[in-house]
Amino acid sequence: MSVGVFILVSVVKSLIVLIALLTAVAYTVWLERKVVGHMQNRWGPTRVGPFGLLQPAADGLKFLFKEDLTPPHVYKPLFIAAPMMAVIFALTSIAVIPFGNSIPIFGYNIPLQITDVNIGLLLVLGVTSLGVYGVALAGWSSNNKYSLLGGLRASAQMVSYEIALGLSLVGVLIQSGSFSLRTIVDAQGGRFLGFIPRWNIFHGQFIGFFIYLMAAYAETNRIPFDLPEAETELVAGYHTEYSSMKFAMFFMAEYANMITVACLATLLFFGGWHGPLFGPPLLEAVLPVFWFLAKVFCFLFLYIWVRGTLPRFRYDQLMSFGWKFLLPLAIANLVATAIAVAW
Amino acid sequence: MSFHLILFLAFGAVCAGGAVNLLAQRHPINSALSLIAVMAALAGEYLLLGAEFVAAVQVIVYAGAIMVLFVFVIMLLNAGEEEETKGSRVAILFGVPGILTGSVLMASVVLRHSGTEAVAIGALPGHPTDIAQLLFHDFLLPFEVTSVLILIAIMGAVVLASKPEPAAGKVD
Amino acid sequence: MVPLSYYLLLSGFLFACGVAGFLIKRNIITIFMSIELMLNGVNLSFVAFAAHWHALSGQVFVFFVMVVAAAEAAVGLAIIISVYRTRETLNVDQVNLLKL
Repeated sequence: MSVGVFILVSVVKSLIVLIALLTAVAYTVWLERKVVGHMQNRWGPTRVGPFGLLQPAADGLKFLFKEDLTPPHVYKPLFIAAPMMAVIFALTSIAVIPFGNSIPIFGYNIPLQITDVNIGLLLVLGVTSLGVYGVALAGWSSNNKYSLLGGLRASAQMVSYEIALGLSLVGVLIQSGSFSLRTIVDAQGGRFLGFIPRWNIFHGQFIGFFIYLMAAYAETNRIPFDLPEAETELVAGYHTEYSSMKFAMFFMAEYANMITVACLATLLFFGGWHGPLFGPPLLEAVLPVFWFLAKVFCFLFLYIWVRGTLPRFRYDQLMSFGWKFLLPLAIANLVATAIAVAW
Repeated sequence: MSFHLILFLAFGAVCAGGAVNLLAQRHPINSALSLIAVMAALAGEYLLLGAEFVAAVQVIVYAGAIMVLFVFVIMLLNAGEEEETKGSRVAILFGVPGILTGSVLMASVVLRHSGTEAVAIGALPGHPTDIAQLLFHDFLLPFEVTSVLILIAIMGAVVLASKPEPAAGKVD
Repeated sequence: MVPLSYYLLLSGFLFACGVAGFLIKRNIITIFMSIELMLNGVNLSFVAFAAHWHALSGQVFVFFVMVVAAAEAAVGLAIIISVYRTRETLNVDQVNLLKL
């Protein structure tokens, strides 16, 4: 593949993935409003388009045309930079997520992934760990006590749960022996006993998956761990002072992070794009991507389901849950996996 | 001028600029942010040197954990702009010329004693498995000792940062 | 191809900036950040030498430096918090008594 073709392919892939991700973000918001609405015996959005399907477009327009207020006593450079940081770090990690096997186009074998690096998982973890700056700096620069408390809570929470999150993934890494997300998925092909798929969750990593799920909910500041934006005590937490497109950026960052978490859970624990293949060659080429997206959708639905079901923790409960329960459990899981692999 | 050199200079400029900015800024949070920029750019330099695992760990540990702690403490203590004192003026008076002389001396030594040795991109396999082999096999004892070090540091931090015990018999 | 000396120069410059910050700055948190900057400068020369001598152990030393830096940051920031709690200042010039 020549350099020109390589650059062209990379740019086209990045554009497609970015547009798909932003659309997915918009429609996750729609899905959340709709599903939570039905859970609470309401309709959710119905007015704009059939089933309210055009609601994300209407929301986007509204965000664009709202007045962009900057309160007088904020620290301006960081106040403006913080939402950008949040959204940039949230969108970056999608670059190493593979969506399926490679497909042949015009004689080139093009992998369905923007780039395959052999430290892919570490890159995602690194970028996610940088995401905390957006939230923390937004809280600090707003010059508002609720924002500051929200920012402090967010940074403490994200640093604490990052440890459990990282340790829960080490079990998977030991089993597959690689940081590359593509290799990890490839290691999960095949079946046990002819019918149970060889996914990591059925391969001794059930506890690891449980820890990952809990820690990832805390990392993305979602219910039941949404202490940084607990509206009953902190108004809106770190984004209290934000309006218009800057607020929308935090919103986008939160949902993009949810999608990244769902993609990672699918890739690491649920076999990525592996699933039953059948039908004509064209269908067979498309099915892996379909399975991948279906699994990601299930995770997003789980997020919304949990949001409609669980109440919020108290902050001390959150901290002791992370440090006294999840972390020891993650270490125990790691030791058990290491012994099992060494056996 | 090769592409590699251009990348080196770009990341190096961010590093140097961030380091100078750390000195120039009065507010600790600005200094912290410029240090984060330095660390991120250093991760880029590590990638150029073929040390991709080190680069990833640099971002995760330094930029993502240590500096978050710094920013957290700055926010928690609500640290303001630093004021100029007698001590700082003396330090600037003697420190800056001293540092400049030292850097120039060191630069001349380094430049004179370096031939045309060059570091190629991806010059050595910084593959995680090779590093794991070294870390968990050849350097196993130091590795285990650092884990004890971390444990002691955690306990020390908890003891130091926890609130002093309220006086005996006092009920609140 | 980038000569090794360029990496060493950059590393030396970062270290010098760290030393300068350590001397000039009066805020205890910024002083602490200057120490981190020095450690980073040293790390760069470790990695550059590792690439130059084709010896991976240079990279392994970077991990040990990072571990020490992490331990140091945890303890150091805890000390800063307890200093602030007793003296209500972060200026090192005002922290000049061993006992209050």
